[in-house]
Amino acid sequence: MGAVVGTLTMGERTKGERRRPSRDKIDDDFELSIVCHRPEGLDKLEAQTNFSKQELQVLYRGFKNECPSGVVNEDTFKQIYAQFFPHGDASTYAHYLFNAFDSAHSGSIKFEGFIMALSTLLRGSVREKLTWTFNLYDINRDGYINKEEMTDIVSAIYDMMGKYTYPALKTDTPKQHVDAFFQKMDKNRDGVVTLDEFILSCQEDENILRSLQLFKNVI
Amino acid sequence: MASGVAAWLPFARAAAIGWMPVANMPMPIAPTEKNKRADELIVLNVSGRRFETWRNTLDRYPDTLLGSSEKEFFYNEETKEYFFDRDADVFRAVLNFYRTGKLHYPRSECITSYDEELSFFGIIPEIIGDCCYEEYKDRRRENQERLMDDDEDKKDAKLPNMTFRETMWRAFENPHTSTMALVFYYVTGFFIAISVLTNVVETVPCGATPNTKEVTCGDRYTVAFFCMDTACVLIFTVEYLMRLFAAPSRYRFMRSVMSIIDVVAILPYYIGLVMTDNEDVSGAFVTLRVFRVFRIFKFSRHSQGLRILGYTLKSCASELGFLLFSLTMAIIIFATVMFYAEKGSTSSKFTSIPASFWYTIVTMTTLGYGDMVPKTIAGKIFGSICSLSGVLVIALPVPVIVSNFSRIYHQNQRADKRRAQKMQKARLARIRISKTGSSNAFLHSKRNGLFSEALELTSSIEEEQHLSKNQSLLESQHHHLLHCLEKTTNHEFADELCYEQSYLEGALQSYPSQSPSLSSQEGMTGTCCTRHTKRNHAPLPNSSIPTCALSHTHPHHNLQELSTIHIQPLNTSRSSLNMRVDEPARLNCQSGTITTAIISIPTPPATTPESDAHPPPPGPALQNVVKVSAL
Repeated sequence: MGAVVGTLTMGERTKGERRRPSRDKIDDDFELSIVCHRPEGLDKLEAQTNFSKQELQVLYRGFKNECPSGVVNEDTFKQIYAQFFPHGDASTYAHYLFNAFDSAHSGSIKFEGFIMALSTLLRGSVREKLTWTFNLYDINRDGYINKEEMTDIVSAIYDMMGKYTYPALKTDTPKQHVDAFFQKMDKNRDGVVTLDEFILSCQEDENILRSLQLFKNVI
Repeated sequence: MASGVAAWLPFARAAAIGWMPVANMPMPIAPTEKNKRADELIVLNVSGRRFETWRNTLDRYPDTLLGSSEKEFFYNEETKEYFFDRDADVFRAVLNFYRTGKLHYPRSECITSYDEELSFFGIIPEIIGDCCYEEYKDRRRENQERLMDDDEDKKDAKLPNMTFRETMWRAFENPHTSTMALVFYYVTGFFIAISVLTNVVETVPCGATPNTKEVTCGDRYTVAFFCMDTACVLIFTVEYLMRLFAAPSRYRFMRSVMSIIDVVAILPYYIGLVMTDNEDVSGAFVTLRVFRVFRIFKFSRHSQGLRILGYTLKSCASELGFLLFSLTMAIIIFATVMFYAEKGSTSSKFTSIPASFWYTIVTMTTLGYGDMVPKTIAGKIFGSICSLSGVLVIALPVPVIVSNFSRIYHQNQRADKRRAQKMQKARLARIRISKTGSSNAFLHSKRNGLFSEALELTSSIEEEQHLSKNQSLLESQHHHLLHCLEKTTNHEFADELCYEQSYLEGALQSYPSQSPSLSSQEGMTGTCCTRHTKRNHAPLPNSSIPTCALSHTHPHHNLQELSTIHIQPLNTSRSSLNMRVDEPARLNCQSGTITTAIISIPTPPATTPESDAHPPPPGPALQNVVKVSAL
């Protein structure tokens, strides 16, 4: 008899208990994601950027599809970026990218910030592109790139390659790369690269100039 | 790469500008969009219901019907729409898959019609999202069980061309297949019953003769019982041997539980035959007779319920273990308590703690024989606590076992469980393959792409078109992005094999000889490169040999460098050329590739590795000349 009673009560109780705690948690998460953001008008954005209306439409549709709430937070950003680099770990570089896109440091990217950056990168002048890249490398926004910042960036880029590369990655490969970079960029040998040094050195290098034009017709 | 984020590819490519100042080498050319057209709406008419979507949405999954050119077969010129004569409700789920990247299973749909629609539109069901996957799998399993029950009735028809052995095995396993099998089934069942009965009756005291004491029937009719026993054991032995002969896998048969029971059932008899009627061993001999009772377990071949019970006990092993453990704990505790409580009383039966175990067990299971009872007041109090707690401790694990048994009995799916596990593994394997497929796809297409560039140089247009057809624009853009990353870091993506190979090569070449003496170093990487040259001869690198094909990506890198030199002849700075010359490994492969490519192109592809490695390599200066002229 005890067995029968036990069986009957056991079945009912576990179902009820399990559902209750999880529902509270789901409610909490739901609250957070209601925050929504709508971008300014299409005309205004067209005036501010170098994109045409159709291009803005296509961009916004893609953006809204992935982020229905209208803002990208850092985790979503990292997830999206990591999908393009399945071999290695893209999260560090995505973090730096996120900070570069999020110029207002609000912790999330809205559509306006997104297309401003895209406009600079795809349709901007050489100087604008180089300035954007300088801001990407200058992690602490002090106006100078020093060796530590550059090492961080270059290590992040190498992280995206993953473990299996040919030739095999050695531990000092990023450092060598950074040294070569500073060799080229740091004109006055003071250990830091300023914006002018950077732009000057890049304009001297035809490779870099050519590759900056590579993604002109991406949209 | 999940096509759901295809919209973000332009952003990822734009962000690649951040690598440009860091890169030392020129970037590869971006793939151009041939006949780029503005995104247009297309109308899909499914049985009269019109769905409209952007063309780009459908292009996200190029290996399905809607994403490929296959949909052109359904294009209706007059109405300028694509007409599908299919179920419109299921099509909603299909189209939502393109839009959101997640495939859902609508619960109101029949599972077979859903599967048919999915296979029509070229979508594999494994990508159903986790929210709907369990439901889908359950429905599918139910359906298959229903089909299986129908099948089993049909299965009893005899298959042609079965060997005698297979027929026998089938007869043993399924007695309903033929009359002989049925007869055999009943005969063995009968003899098992007879044997068990004999063992039982053997011990019954029957008819004492007036002057001697009671004897058991076994002792009285020794010969008769012995004959009976022999007959049964003979039948069982013959049956066991026949099963052993007919079993498809003898080793597995001998390990199975039923055959062990068979062996244990007949072994005591033979041991008894072998042993003489010795005084010393007669005690052991008597013990052996106990094992004859195992013959009753042979009935489990005849009873499905018995098998299920056995299986339940096996699957509830952990609950049974817990029951045993908790009981043991309680027994020890209460026995100790009772012993010390009853220590004072005179003529107490609780002589020691182990002696108290018996009392505790009898009380906790509410048997209460009454051969041991506490006399002191403390003893009585603890005794009552013991009996109350016994009820609780036993009642706790029993419902679990009961529910287990009922579940198993109702479902009766030992085989289904195993099949479900196999499906789960297969699903995970398929998802893993498609994920690695995306990363391997880059290595694949690099091989194809570089080869196509090399072909461009030799201007063979048909092959190039054939290759580029295999890749959608999205894929080629993604691969271009990965290529830029390779150029920035000056390293290439490789899979595990090539990584380990290059690691070994790096270790071997850690004794650097500054002058790249090609003859000495070529031998080591000779095997790597020579296999590449063989592929140069093959008309197209087919992807049917993925692993070894991928492990030789590095020589292609050199072809790539050649092509970039060709395309940007004025731009290769001295620094980059020097850098290449400094890397002995790469130069090796270059030399290996170039020289053997030039020399062995006219020869048929059946060259041995040795002969490929042997052509004398020219010096480094000549190297560069060779490089340029190879183009």
